[in-house]
Amino acid sequence: MPCVWPDGSLSSSGRLMLAAVGPDSTAEDVAGTTGIPLFRVRSSLRELLAAGFISEQGGHFKQTAQGVEKVKSDD
Amino acid sequence: MTTIEEPEVRAALPRLNEPAPAFEAVTTHGKLRLADFAGSWLILFSHPADFTPVCTTEFIAFAEIYPELQKRGCELIGLSIDSLYSHIAWVRNIEEKAGVKIPFPVIADLDRKVATAYGMVMPGESKTEASRCVFVIDPKGVLRAMIYYPLSVGRNMDEFVRLVDALKTGDENHVATPANWRPGDKVVMPAPNTTELADERAGEGLECIDWYLCKKSL
Repeated sequence: MPCVWPDGSLSSSGRLMLAAVGPDSTAEDVAGTTGIPLFRVRSSLRELLAAGFISEQGGHFKQTAQGVEKVKSDD
Repeated sequence: MTTIEEPEVRAALPRLNEPAPAFEAVTTHGKLRLADFAGSWLILFSHPADFTPVCTTEFIAFAEIYPELQKRGCELIGLSIDSLYSHIAWVRNIEEKAGVKIPFPVIADLDRKVATAYGMVMPGESKTEASRCVFVIDPKGVLRAMIYYPLSVGRNMDEFVRLVDALKTGDENHVATPANWRPGDKVVMPAPNTTELADERAGEGLECIDWYLCKKSL
């Protein structure tokens, strides 16, 4: 159940988690906002990071320009 | 004719109160690491094979106790030496035939990396399947309990909930729990380790059989 497919599209939970990443979010913040278990959020944030939709510094995440575009295009 | 016997690979078993072996594995909920569960209790359990009768009854029973485990801050993850597509087909089949959704992830351990690290394969029982193993891992990633059942015996789910309750109670109150303890029962005080403490214990208002076995209510 990857949240990012090889073609770059997102699963429903992937979209939910990407949209929940604010300008300074932790994995716990995203889990709290989405109601998705923390272990799944941690795993999915790794995928979103690898796909370039979010960036990370010291355990804090924010959407990249690519991530912002993705959220807009899925609206 | 001389036959060459395949060398038997004997995996070391993990040890209690040591860090649980780290893993990154493909699961029905995506690629997960042990570290993804940091901060919560975790029960990692193995089953011999998908689409088998005893394992199916166990999966339904694990799904039934999952809400109780979550109330206790405990996650659940299964494992067998089967493919991801077998797992997906099986959990969908359980939902279709038994009406039970399997809410926890299941590791597809085809390369046996996790099974080997945790000593789940008992060659005397089966060289190709994991036995019915249960590992309780605490929020710091330390292995706190291990239970091994044979292939032919389905597990008692109540015991795993009780075990998590007992471990948490012991940690929070610096006590031990007696045989058949249930939440609300009296707990066991650590035995005194000096004669002075043994003498003083009598005046502490505890329920004592003798100086070394005293209980109290929490």
